[in-house]
Order: sequence, then structure tokens, then C-alpha cells
Amino acid sequence: MVDLLTHIVAKYNYWLYIILMMIGLYAMIVKNNLVKKLVGMNIFQTSIILFFVSIGYKKGATIPIIENAHGNGHGGKQLLIRAADYINPLPHVLMLTAIVVSVATFGVALALAVKIYQRYQTLEEDEIRMRLTRK
Amino acid sequence: MNSVAPALLILAPFLAALLCSAFSWLERRLCFPTALLGLCVSLLAALDLLLQAGPAGVIQYKMGGWSPPFGIEYRIDALSALVILIIACIALLNLAASHRQVLRDMQDRFGTFYAVYLLFVTGLFGVTATGDLFNLYVLLEITSLTGYALIAMGDGDRGPLSSLNYLFIGVIGASFYLLGVGYLYIMTGSLNMVDVARLLPPLYGSSAILVAFVFCMLGIWIKMALFPLHVWLPNAYTYAPAAVSRVIAPLMTKVMVYVMIRLMFTVFGLEYVFEQLDLSRTVVWLATLAVLAGAVMALAQRDLRKMFSYVIVSEIGYMVGGAWLGNELGFTGAVLHILNDALMTFALFLVLGNLLFRLRGVSFEDLRGSFVGMPWTMAGFVLAGLSIIGVPPTCGFFSKWYLILAGLEAGAYQFVAALVLSSLICAVLFFRIIEIAFFEAPGPSSGDTGQNGQLREAPVSMLIPLGLVSISLLAVGVYAGSVVRGVIAPFLGLYPIP
Repeated sequence: MVDLLTHIVAKYNYWLYIILMMIGLYAMIVKNNLVKKLVGMNIFQTSIILFFVSIGYKKGATIPIIENAHGNGHGGKQLLIRAADYINPLPHVLMLTAIVVSVATFGVALALAVKIYQRYQTLEEDEIRMRLTRK
Repeated sequence: MNSVAPALLILAPFLAALLCSAFSWLERRLCFPTALLGLCVSLLAALDLLLQAGPAGVIQYKMGGWSPPFGIEYRIDALSALVILIIACIALLNLAASHRQVLRDMQDRFGTFYAVYLLFVTGLFGVTATGDLFNLYVLLEITSLTGYALIAMGDGDRGPLSSLNYLFIGVIGASFYLLGVGYLYIMTGSLNMVDVARLLPPLYGSSAILVAFVFCMLGIWIKMALFPLHVWLPNAYTYAPAAVSRVIAPLMTKVMVYVMIRLMFTVFGLEYVFEQLDLSRTVVWLATLAVLAGAVMALAQRDLRKMFSYVIVSEIGYMVGGAWLGNELGFTGAVLHILNDALMTFALFLVLGNLLFRLRGVSFEDLRGSFVGMPWTMAGFVLAGLSIIGVPPTCGFFSKWYLILAGLEAGAYQFVAALVLSSLICAVLFFRIIEIAFFEAPGPSSGDTGQNGQLREAPVSMLIPLGLVSISLLAVGVYAGSVVRGVIAPFLGLYPIP
């Protein structure tokens, strides 16, 4: 039991992203309202963004800007760069792009939802389906 | 070898898309020529790439001069050059064929349509040309997003709804792929495909790599609509505008199959896929189910568009099965089927577009007697149907032949049986329609008729692309041996099959 707990705590970032992902998936599958589904989709995408951000993080490391390098405090005499002291910026940069993608997806999805609302005057999936079968 | 063709390939349609969206406000008549010009440049670049890459060469293009693995690299070998050429040809022909239809159906927004269409094609080119895993994700999403927008322009009742459903499922697929890339990145610290392939072999036993592989494959399978994950496809393709379904149906799924083959060959390596993992038998069973389920569901449809959509679901099973049989014949068949299926599906959807231009709908009752009014269109339909069934002089036969041989060699007899059975079902499907269109008298429900109430043939600008594709169905069939020897076999020679 203690083993399991330490196992979970040691890798809490992975557990967190899996929980968020499942919440998102649940909302996308189960919810009846299209906007709620969209919110679920956003949670789902955010969980993956958090996953990427967390894998770039290192304990005790700093942001990768050379001004903060060790030994730079005294007039910049010695500029010693040790890669181990910096977090890896690449996953974070990737996620900037992924955020743009997810925002664009959200925008397209909202536009589609607006069109559906204009056509059916509702965003509840069962009501839309009822109207489709009645025709 | 450093050539600018890869950059030109992507930039030409991209710039044309920007110009189109500007022209949609300023001077709308210029939109179509701009789009045509952009895609013509892409076609030339694609031809140039195929000639330059040759049978076993590789063209590398470093974006912004950053060399891999740090920069993003475009990497084009014989397989990607082949797929790029198919995309360029189909996108250009469809643009020419759909001009009148777009003018008629989207008077107020055809500028936007052309801009989004060009972006969609840009995304497809990028997915095929890129050598970077994350770049692939971004381009995949560009393709998908524009695809959702294009599909939503269709049927006013169901277009946006089916597009939104496609979007939900597409996002899940793309996110799974991104997650897989994340695990690969954790393990290797690289995103460049070739670099990842170099770093992977010592890590083959790792469970993180297994997770990465499974997530990548699941994501791609969702995007390509492999059988149990296909639910989004029929509605999306049915309710899209004809000009859109003609380009999305032949290209989107085929490009996804290409991505799957690329991941298996270049990133994970065949040794990992077939030696380390014991998945191939399961996947071939899945593909067998897809072939059968697609064919049976197609049999249950009473609308031509729905029927074709389920035929695509069935064809996806062919390619996935062929690629996972794990022998050279299987890969040859799968790659050849990418080419053939793109052409066959394109021909089918061109016919569909022509019919929709003149008829009110394409449920089976509407097709009665269409042979009389539209002989050329229906001749194209017969030829495409024969090719889907797999009758010898047409190209569909040859890839099916390779797939059957591969199935026998691998001992996957259920797959062979499914291929034969689905061919029989396709024969039923197509001859049923030929009977309705040829022998039954035209019903009262026919739509756009001419002066004397007769059904008219589609305009020449729509018939010429159909004619060209129909000829290519035969030509690719006759020269299938040359395609295999000239492009596919040298490509497969680069990757030793375990």
C-alpha cells in the first residue's frame, strides 16, 4: 500500500494528466449538450499540454536564459553554462504551438456549434436527433 | 542534394490561399485562377521531386537553414514523392472539375472556399513531406481543421452536425498521436524521424516506447477510420459538398495510411514492429473485420454517397492489412493500393459530383435511367466500379492480387477470404446500381432537366477530369509492374524486412 502510494506520489504529474484526460473524454462521450462536449474537448487537450509542460521541468533548475548563469553575478567575468541547471525549453515551445492548434480547433468547433444552433434552435444532442428523425 | 522544390511545393498553395482570401474581398473573379496557378506550381514541384528523388534517393530540405535534428527537415523519398504526386494531381483535377459546381452552389462565399481548399491541400503536402514528428502533428491539424470547415459548407441540415462529430473524434485521434510523440520525446529527446530511428534500437524493450507506439497508431487509425473507429466517416463524407468530398475522400484516408507506413518504416523500424511486438496478427484480424464490415454496411445503404463511404471503410482495411502482414508482397500491395484506391475513389466521387450536378439526389431511386441521360458519366462509373471490384485490366486488380499473394505467403487465410468476399460484395453493389441506371425507366424524381425534359449530360469541364482519371485507372493497371519495379521495390529495398 505504501509502495503504491509512493509510486503514485513520485509520478504525480502523470496521474494528474491521466485524470484530466479521462474527465475530458468522459465529458465528450457522455454529455448531451454540445457546448459541454466542447469544454470536455478543451480539458482533454489541456491535459496533454500539461503532460508536455511537466516533462520539460527539472527540480532545482532555472529558465534557460544565460543572464542567470552561475558565475555571472560578478561583472560577468566567468560565464559557465551547465546544461543540467536549466530546464528543457523545447516541450514548452512545442506546447505554444499546440495551444494555438487547440485554440483554432475550439474556434472552428464553436463556429460549427453556432451554425447548428441557428439551424435547430438548440444545442442538446437528443433534441437535434429528434428533429432529424421527424423530417 | 539540396533543392527548393519541397519548399515550393508547400509555399505555392499556401501563398495562393492567402491571395485567395484577399481576393475574396477585392476581386472575386481572380480567386479561381490564383488557386489554379498555385496548384499547377505544386504539381510541377511534385513532378520535379519524383524525378529528383529517383527510385532510392532522398531529398532533404532544411527549413530556415537549421540542420536536423535541431531544425525541421522536409524529407522526401520515393514513397512520399509518389503520394505527393497523387495529391497534386487529384487536387488540381478536382479544382478544375468543381469550378462550375462551386460557382453554382456557393455564389457568395466561393473565395473563402478556395482559400480553405488550398490550405487543406497545403496541409496534405506538408504531412507527406515532413521529416519531423511534431511538425507532422501541426500539419495534420491544419489539414483536419480545414477539412472540418470544408465539410460544414455542405448540406445545410446535417453538414455542420456531421462536421462537429468528425471534429470531436478527430481531436481525440490527433491528441493520441501527440501523446505518443510525447513519450517518444521523453525516451529519445529528439523529434526528427531519422534521428529518433537512430536512437530507438537500444530502447526497444522499454514500455514507454510501447506506449508511444500504441498511442501513435491509435491516433492514426482514428484519423484514417479503421473499422471500429470509423463512425465519423460516412456522415462527414455524405453531407460534405460534392467538390469537397471528392478531394477529402480519396486523399485524407490515404495520406493517413501513408503516415502509418512512414511511422512503421522510418520511425519505429520494421524490426520493432514485427519482431519485438506480437501485434501483427491482431491487426491483420482487425483489418479483416474492417474489410468485411465495410462491405456489408455498404450493402445495406440506399444512397450512393453513403455506399461509397462504406466502400472506403472497407478499402482502408485492405491497406492496413497489407501493411501489417509484414512481408514484401504485403507492403507492395499496400503502397500500390494507396495509389490505386486514391484514383478509384476519386473517379467514384467525380461521378457522384456529376450526378449531383444534374440530379436532385443520389439515392437509388433517383438513378433510374441515368445511363440514357448521362452516358459518359455512367461509363466512368462502370469503369471505376470494375476497378473497385478488381477486374483485371483496371488497376484495382493488381493491388488486390499482391495483397492476396501476401496473405497466402503470411498464412493469413482469413484476410485472403475477406478480400475475395468483399470483391464479390462489391460486384453485387455495383451491378445492382448498373441495373437500376441502365434498365429502369427514368422516374419522375429526376432533377435538373433540359429543354425537352430529358436528363442532360454533365458539362464538359466536369467530364474531362473524369475521362482523365478513367484513363489513368487503365494506364496504372497496365503499367502496375513498372510502378512496382520503378518506385515501390527500390523503396522497400532500403528497409530490410525481418
